[in-house]
Amino acid sequence: MSKANLLDRRQVVSSLLADRKDAVVVGGLGASTYDIAAAGDHDRNLYLWGAMGGAVMMGLGLALAQPKLPVVVITGDGEMLMGMGSLATVGLQKPGNLSIIVLDNESYGETGGQVSHTGAAADLVGVARACGIADSRTLETLAEIKAFAPRLQDVSTGPRFANVKIDKANLDRVLSNRDGGFILNRLRSALGYRPI
Amino acid sequence: MHARSEVSAEQATNWPEEIFSILQRFEVRQVPYVPDAGHSQLIERVLASSTMRGIPLTTEEEGVALMLGAWAGGQRGVLLMQSSGVGNRINMLSLTQIFRFPFLTLVTMRGEWGEFNPWQVPMGSTTQGVLELSGIRVLRATLASEVRDVVEAAASQAYNALTPTAVLLSQRLIGTKVFTK
Repeated sequence: MSKANLLDRRQVVSSLLADRKDAVVVGGLGASTYDIAAAGDHDRNLYLWGAMGGAVMMGLGLALAQPKLPVVVITGDGEMLMGMGSLATVGLQKPGNLSIIVLDNESYGETGGQVSHTGAAADLVGVARACGIADSRTLETLAEIKAFAPRLQDVSTGPRFANVKIDKANLDRVLSNRDGGFILNRLRSALGYRPI
Repeated sequence: MHARSEVSAEQATNWPEEIFSILQRFEVRQVPYVPDAGHSQLIERVLASSTMRGIPLTTEEEGVALMLGAWAGGQRGVLLMQSSGVGNRINMLSLTQIFRFPFLTLVTMRGEWGEFNPWQVPMGSTTQGVLELSGIRVLRATLASEVRDVVEAAASQAYNALTPTAVLLSQRLIGTKVFTK
Protein backbone atom coordinates (compact mmCIF):
# COMPACT_ATOMS: atom_id res chain seq x y z
CA MET A 1 0.00 0.00 0.00
CA SER A 2 3.02 2.27 0.01
CA LYS A 3 2.44 5.34 -2.10
CA ALA A 4 5.10 7.13 -4.07
CA ASN A 5 6.40 10.53 -3.04
CA LEU A 6 5.11 10.57 0.51
CA LEU A 7 7.03 13.10 2.54
CA ASP A 8 9.31 12.66 5.52
CA ARG A 9 7.61 14.31 8.52
CA ARG A 10 10.79 15.68 10.07
CA GLN A 11 11.79 17.31 6.79
CA VAL A 12 8.33 18.81 6.45
CA VAL A 13 8.33 20.32 9.94
CA SER A 14 11.91 21.57 9.83
CA SER A 15 11.21 23.21 6.46
CA LEU A 16 8.05 24.88 7.79
CA LEU A 17 9.84 26.19 10.89
CA ALA A 18 13.24 27.01 9.39
CA ASP A 19 12.48 30.73 9.32
CA ARG A 20 9.73 30.88 11.96
CA LYS A 21 10.69 34.30 13.36
CA ASP A 22 8.27 35.22 16.19
CA ALA A 23 5.74 32.48 15.48
CA VAL A 24 4.21 30.51 18.34
CA VAL A 25 3.97 26.80 17.53
CA VAL A 26 1.50 24.38 19.11
CA GLY A 27 2.25 20.68 18.66
CA GLY A 28 -0.40 17.99 18.90
CA LEU A 29 0.37 15.03 21.15
CA GLY A 30 2.53 12.22 19.85
CA ALA A 31 4.83 12.35 16.88
CA SER A 32 3.98 15.95 15.94
CA THR A 33 5.41 17.14 19.23
CA TYR A 34 8.58 15.07 18.61
CA ASP A 35 8.88 16.58 15.11
CA ILE A 36 8.69 20.10 16.49
CA ALA A 37 11.27 19.27 19.17
CA ALA A 38 13.51 17.75 16.48
CA ALA A 39 13.34 21.01 14.54
CA GLY A 40 14.79 22.73 17.61
CA ASP A 41 13.52 23.52 21.09
CA HIS A 42 12.13 27.04 21.32
CA ASP A 43 10.64 29.33 23.98
CA ARG A 44 7.56 29.76 21.82
CA ASN A 45 6.75 26.06 21.49
CA LEU A 46 3.67 24.72 23.26
CA TYR A 47 4.19 20.96 23.38
CA LEU A 48 1.30 18.62 24.13
CA TRP A 49 1.66 15.16 25.57
CA GLY A 50 -2.06 14.63 26.04
CA ALA A 51 -5.36 16.51 25.71
CA MET A 52 -5.99 14.79 22.39
CA GLY A 53 -8.22 16.86 20.14
CA GLY A 54 -7.29 20.17 21.78
CA ALA A 55 -4.38 21.46 19.70
CA VAL A 56 -6.38 23.60 17.27
CA MET A 57 -8.38 25.20 20.08
CA MET A 58 -5.22 26.11 21.97
CA GLY A 59 -3.97 27.69 18.78
CA LEU A 60 -7.23 29.59 18.43
CA GLY A 61 -7.08 30.96 21.98
CA LEU A 62 -3.51 32.09 21.37
CA ALA A 63 -4.30 33.58 17.96
CA LEU A 64 -7.21 35.61 19.32
CA ALA A 65 -5.13 36.85 22.25
CA GLN A 66 -2.13 37.77 20.07
CA PRO A 67 -3.56 38.86 16.71
CA LYS A 68 -0.24 40.24 15.45
CA LEU A 69 1.70 37.03 16.08
CA PRO A 70 1.73 34.10 13.69
CA VAL A 71 0.31 31.04 15.45
CA VAL A 72 0.98 27.65 13.87
CA VAL A 73 -0.66 24.40 14.97
CA ILE A 74 1.11 21.27 13.79
CA THR A 75 -0.72 18.05 14.54
CA GLY A 76 -1.52 14.59 13.23
CA ASP A 77 -4.54 13.16 11.45
CA GLY A 78 -5.74 11.24 14.52
CA GLU A 79 -5.55 14.27 16.78
CA MET A 80 -7.28 16.41 14.16
CA LEU A 81 -10.07 13.88 13.70
CA MET A 82 -10.78 13.96 17.44
CA GLY A 83 -11.06 17.75 17.39
CA MET A 84 -12.81 18.13 14.05
CA GLY A 85 -15.50 20.37 15.52
CA SER A 86 -12.82 22.91 16.35
CA LEU A 87 -12.41 23.56 12.62
CA ALA A 88 -16.00 24.84 12.63
CA THR A 89 -15.18 27.03 15.62
CA VAL A 90 -12.11 28.42 13.82
CA GLY A 91 -14.21 28.93 10.67
CA LEU A 92 -16.55 31.10 12.70
CA GLN A 93 -13.84 33.23 14.38
CA LYS A 94 -11.58 33.46 11.33
CA PRO A 95 -8.36 34.63 12.99
CA GLY A 96 -6.05 35.93 10.25
CA ASN A 97 -2.94 34.78 12.09
CA LEU A 98 -3.76 31.10 12.60
CA SER A 99 -2.35 28.31 10.45
CA ILE A 100 -3.18 24.63 10.93
CA ILE A 101 -0.89 21.95 9.50
CA VAL A 102 -1.91 18.30 9.62
CA LEU A 103 0.79 15.66 9.19
CA ASP A 104 -1.35 12.91 7.72
CA ASN A 105 0.08 9.40 7.71
CA GLU A 106 -3.39 7.86 7.67
CA SER A 107 -2.63 5.98 10.85
CA TYR A 108 -2.26 6.12 14.62
CA GLY A 109 1.51 5.78 14.70
CA GLU A 110 1.97 6.17 18.45
CA THR A 111 -0.30 3.22 19.28
CA GLY A 112 0.80 0.63 16.76
CA GLY A 113 -0.05 2.04 13.36
CA GLN A 114 -3.77 1.32 13.29
CA VAL A 115 -5.38 2.75 10.17
CA SER A 116 -7.17 6.09 10.58
CA HIS A 117 -10.22 7.46 8.83
CA THR A 118 -8.12 9.58 6.44
CA GLY A 119 -6.80 6.38 4.89
CA ALA A 120 -10.25 5.65 3.53
CA ALA A 121 -12.81 8.38 2.98
CA ALA A 122 -12.24 11.23 5.41
CA ASP A 123 -10.95 14.32 3.61
CA LEU A 124 -9.69 16.85 6.15
CA VAL A 125 -9.09 19.54 3.53
CA GLY A 126 -12.71 19.20 2.47
CA VAL A 127 -13.83 19.36 6.10
CA ALA A 128 -11.77 22.49 6.79
CA ARG A 129 -13.05 24.23 3.67
CA ALA A 130 -16.64 23.27 4.42
CA CYS A 131 -16.18 24.72 7.93
CA GLY A 132 -15.37 28.12 6.47
CA ILE A 133 -11.58 27.96 6.24
CA ALA A 134 -11.37 29.10 2.62
CA ASP A 135 -7.58 28.74 2.36
CA SER A 136 -7.47 24.97 2.73
CA ARG A 137 -5.11 22.92 0.63
CA THR A 138 -3.08 19.76 0.22
CA LEU A 139 0.70 20.04 0.13
CA GLU A 140 2.35 17.18 -1.73
CA THR A 141 5.99 18.02 -2.36
CA LEU A 142 8.83 19.49 -0.37
CA ALA A 143 8.98 22.33 -2.89
CA GLU A 144 5.35 23.14 -2.10
CA ILE A 145 6.13 23.04 1.62
CA LYS A 146 9.01 25.46 1.20
CA ALA A 147 6.90 27.78 -0.93
CA PHE A 148 4.13 27.65 1.68
CA ALA A 149 6.32 28.31 4.75
CA PRO A 150 6.53 32.12 4.34
CA ARG A 151 2.73 32.30 4.31
CA LEU A 152 2.75 31.26 7.97
CA GLN A 153 4.07 34.75 8.72
CA ASP A 154 1.10 36.46 7.10
CA VAL A 155 -1.21 37.40 9.98
CA SER A 156 -3.96 38.96 7.87
CA THR A 157 -5.01 36.31 5.37
CA GLY A 158 -5.71 33.30 7.58
CA PRO A 159 -7.00 31.13 8.90
CA ARG A 160 -5.34 28.62 6.66
CA PHE A 161 -5.29 24.83 6.70
CA ALA A 162 -2.84 22.49 5.01
CA ASN A 163 -2.90 18.72 4.93
CA VAL A 164 0.42 17.03 4.21
CA LYS A 165 0.53 13.35 3.31
CA ILE A 166 3.57 11.88 5.01
CA ASP A 167 5.03 8.40 5.10
CA LYS A 168 4.27 5.99 7.92
CA ALA A 169 7.84 5.66 9.17
CA ASN A 170 8.00 5.48 12.97
CA LEU A 171 11.03 7.63 13.70
CA ASP A 172 13.03 7.74 16.90
CA ARG A 173 11.30 9.92 19.41
CA VAL A 174 12.83 13.32 20.09
CA LEU A 175 11.44 14.10 23.51
CA SER A 176 10.40 17.67 24.22
CA ASN A 177 9.94 19.12 27.69
CA ARG A 178 6.80 17.69 29.25
CA ASP A 179 6.43 19.81 32.39
CA GLY A 180 3.38 21.93 31.63
CA GLY A 181 4.22 24.66 34.14
CA PHE A 182 7.65 25.13 32.59
CA ILE A 183 6.38 25.09 29.00
CA LEU A 184 3.56 27.54 29.69
CA ASN A 185 5.54 30.02 31.74
CA ARG A 186 8.46 29.95 29.34
CA LEU A 187 6.09 30.79 26.50
CA ARG A 188 4.31 33.51 28.48
CA SER A 189 7.62 34.98 29.50
CA ALA A 190 8.74 35.08 25.84
CA LEU A 191 5.56 37.05 25.09
CA GLY A 192 6.29 39.50 27.91
CA TYR A 193 4.04 38.14 30.68
CA ARG A 194 5.25 37.56 34.21
CA PRO A 195 4.14 34.72 36.47
CA ILE A 196 1.33 35.76 38.80
CA MET B 1 -46.88 25.50 42.35
CA HIS B 2 -44.94 26.64 45.35
CA ALA B 3 -41.68 25.99 43.53
CA ARG B 4 -42.78 27.90 40.46
CA SER B 5 -43.67 31.08 42.33
CA GLU B 6 -40.35 30.99 44.19
CA VAL B 7 -38.55 30.71 40.87
CA SER B 8 -40.14 33.84 39.50
CA ALA B 9 -39.16 35.78 42.62
CA GLU B 10 -35.56 34.60 42.15
CA GLN B 11 -35.59 35.61 38.53
CA ALA B 12 -36.57 39.14 39.48
CA THR B 13 -32.98 39.85 40.59
CA ASN B 14 -30.77 40.58 37.64
CA TRP B 15 -28.02 38.13 38.48
CA PRO B 16 -26.77 37.65 34.89
CA GLU B 17 -25.96 41.37 34.84
CA GLU B 18 -24.09 40.98 38.12
CA ILE B 19 -22.03 38.16 36.63
CA PHE B 20 -21.25 40.30 33.59
CA SER B 21 -19.99 43.11 35.82
CA ILE B 22 -17.71 40.74 37.72
CA LEU B 23 -16.27 39.37 34.48
CA GLN B 24 -15.65 42.92 33.30
CA ARG B 25 -13.90 43.81 36.51
CA PHE B 26 -11.60 40.79 36.24
CA GLU B 27 -10.76 41.80 32.65
CA VAL B 28 -12.03 38.59 31.11
CA ARG B 29 -11.48 38.73 27.35
CA GLN B 30 -12.47 35.36 25.86
CA VAL B 31 -15.84 33.83 26.67
CA PRO B 32 -16.26 30.41 25.06
CA TYR B 33 -19.71 28.91 25.44
CA VAL B 34 -22.08 26.17 24.48
CA PRO B 35 -25.45 27.90 24.53
CA ASP B 36 -27.85 27.33 27.37
CA ALA B 37 -31.14 29.03 28.09
CA GLY B 38 -29.95 29.78 31.62
CA HIS B 39 -26.99 31.71 30.20
CA SER B 40 -28.87 33.46 27.39
CA GLN B 41 -28.89 36.94 28.93
CA LEU B 42 -25.22 36.78 29.87
CA ILE B 43 -24.30 35.51 26.39
CA GLU B 44 -26.17 38.43 24.81
CA ARG B 45 -24.28 40.87 27.00
CA VAL B 46 -20.95 39.26 26.10
CA LEU B 47 -21.68 39.29 22.37
CA ALA B 48 -22.56 42.99 22.58
CA SER B 49 -19.45 43.82 24.62
CA SER B 50 -16.50 45.67 23.10
CA THR B 51 -13.95 44.11 25.48
CA MET B 52 -15.10 40.49 25.55
CA ARG B 53 -15.26 38.05 22.70
CA GLY B 54 -18.03 35.45 22.80
CA ILE B 55 -16.86 32.24 21.14
CA PRO B 56 -19.50 29.59 20.33
CA LEU B 57 -18.16 26.03 20.61
CA THR B 58 -19.25 22.76 19.10
CA THR B 59 -18.48 20.93 22.35
CA GLU B 60 -17.42 22.01 25.83
CA GLU B 61 -13.95 20.45 25.74
CA GLU B 62 -13.01 22.98 23.07
CA GLY B 63 -13.48 25.71 25.65
CA VAL B 64 -10.95 24.29 28.11
CA ALA B 65 -8.27 24.09 25.41
CA LEU B 66 -9.17 27.57 24.15
CA MET B 67 -8.76 29.07 27.62
CA LEU B 68 -5.30 27.53 27.98
CA GLY B 69 -4.31 29.11 24.66
CA ALA B 70 -5.82 32.43 25.69
CA TRP B 71 -3.83 32.47 28.93
CA ALA B 72 -0.64 31.48 27.10
CA GLY B 73 -1.31 34.60 25.03
CA GLY B 74 -2.02 36.80 28.05
CA GLN B 75 -5.82 36.77 28.24
CA ARG B 76 -8.30 35.47 30.78
CA GLY B 77 -11.32 33.43 29.80
CA VAL B 78 -14.47 31.99 31.32
CA LEU B 79 -16.37 28.96 30.02
CA LEU B 80 -20.18 29.11 30.02
CA MET B 81 -22.08 25.87 29.71
CA GLN B 82 -24.82 23.56 30.96
CA SER B 83 -24.34 20.64 33.34
CA SER B 84 -24.83 18.06 30.58
CA GLY B 85 -21.62 19.33 29.00
CA VAL B 86 -19.44 18.64 32.03
CA GLY B 87 -19.03 15.03 30.97
CA ASN B 88 -17.93 16.10 27.51
CA ARG B 89 -14.82 17.83 28.78
CA ILE B 90 -13.42 15.48 31.43
CA ASN B 91 -10.12 14.57 29.75
CA MET B 92 -9.51 18.16 28.67
CA LEU B 93 -9.83 19.27 32.30
CA SER B 94 -6.45 17.62 32.85
CA LEU B 95 -5.02 20.80 31.32
CA THR B 96 -5.93 22.66 34.52
CA GLN B 97 -3.60 20.41 36.53
CA ILE B 98 -0.84 20.16 33.95
CA PHE B 99 -0.57 23.88 33.22
CA ARG B 100 -1.99 25.50 36.38
CA PHE B 101 -3.72 28.27 34.48
CA PRO B 102 -6.66 30.39 35.65
CA PHE B 103 -9.75 28.33 34.92
CA LEU B 104 -13.28 29.51 35.72
CA THR B 105 -16.45 27.93 34.43
CA LEU B 106 -20.06 28.87 35.12
CA VAL B 107 -22.36 25.88 34.81
CA THR B 108 -26.14 26.15 34.67
CA MET B 109 -27.72 23.10 36.26
CA ARG B 110 -30.27 20.74 34.79
CA GLY B 111 -31.55 17.47 36.14
CA GLU B 112 -32.57 18.81 39.56
CA TRP B 113 -35.28 20.93 41.19
CA GLY B 114 -38.41 19.76 39.40
CA GLU B 115 -36.75 18.54 36.19
CA PHE B 116 -39.22 17.35 33.51
CA ASN B 117 -36.71 15.65 31.20
CA PRO B 118 -35.29 12.38 32.56
CA TRP B 119 -32.37 12.53 30.10
CA GLN B 120 -30.95 15.49 32.03
CA VAL B 121 -30.88 13.67 35.36
CA PRO B 122 -27.91 11.26 35.07
CA MET B 123 -25.35 13.93 34.14
CA GLY B 124 -26.98 16.60 36.28
CA SER B 125 -26.77 14.42 39.37
CA THR B 126 -23.08 13.61 38.85
CA THR B 127 -21.93 17.07 37.72
CA GLN B 128 -20.43 18.14 41.03
CA GLY B 129 -18.72 14.80 41.65
CA VAL B 130 -17.25 14.69 38.15
CA LEU B 131 -15.82 18.17 38.53
CA GLU B 132 -14.36 17.47 41.95
CA LEU B 133 -12.80 14.20 40.80
CA SER B 134 -11.24 16.17 37.95
CA GLY B 135 -9.55 18.55 40.36
CA ILE B 136 -11.97 21.46 40.05
CA ARG B 137 -13.23 23.32 43.14
CA VAL B 138 -17.00 23.62 43.11
CA LEU B 139 -19.09 26.48 44.48
CA ARG B 140 -22.85 26.66 44.15
CA ALA B 141 -25.37 29.49 43.93
CA THR B 142 -28.92 28.43 44.73
CA LEU B 143 -30.59 31.80 45.20
CA ALA B 144 -30.33 34.96 43.13
CA SER B 145 -29.26 36.94 46.15
CA GLU B 146 -26.06 34.89 46.52
CA VAL B 147 -24.93 34.81 42.89
CA ARG B 148 -22.79 37.93 43.09
CA ASP B 149 -20.83 36.84 46.15
CA VAL B 150 -20.32 33.30 44.91
CA VAL B 151 -19.17 34.30 41.42
CA GLU B 152 -16.94 36.99 42.88
CA ALA B 153 -15.28 34.46 45.20
CA ALA B 154 -14.90 31.96 42.38
CA ALA B 155 -13.35 34.52 40.04
CA SER B 156 -10.98 35.67 42.77
CA GLN B 157 -9.63 32.22 43.53
CA ALA B 158 -9.49 31.19 39.87
CA TYR B 159 -7.70 34.29 38.59
CA ASN B 160 -5.69 35.28 41.65
CA ALA B 161 -4.78 31.89 43.09
CA LEU B 162 -4.81 29.73 39.91
CA THR B 163 -7.37 27.49 41.59
CA PRO B 164 -9.55 25.92 38.91
CA THR B 165 -13.13 26.64 39.93
CA ALA B 166 -16.65 25.88 38.77
CA VAL B 167 -19.78 27.69 39.88
CA LEU B 168 -22.95 25.66 39.64
CA LEU B 169 -25.94 27.92 39.02
CA SER B 170 -28.82 25.88 40.36
CA GLN B 171 -31.92 25.01 38.40
CA ARG B 172 -33.93 26.59 41.18
CA LEU B 173 -32.17 29.85 40.35
CA ILE B 174 -32.47 29.72 36.55
CA GLY B 175 -36.00 28.32 36.59
CA THR B 176 -37.22 24.87 35.71
CA LYS B 177 -37.66 24.49 31.96
CA VAL B 178 -41.33 24.25 31.04
CA PHE B 179 -42.08 21.71 28.29
CA THR B 180 -45.87 21.68 28.51
CA LYS B 181 -48.21 24.50 29.38
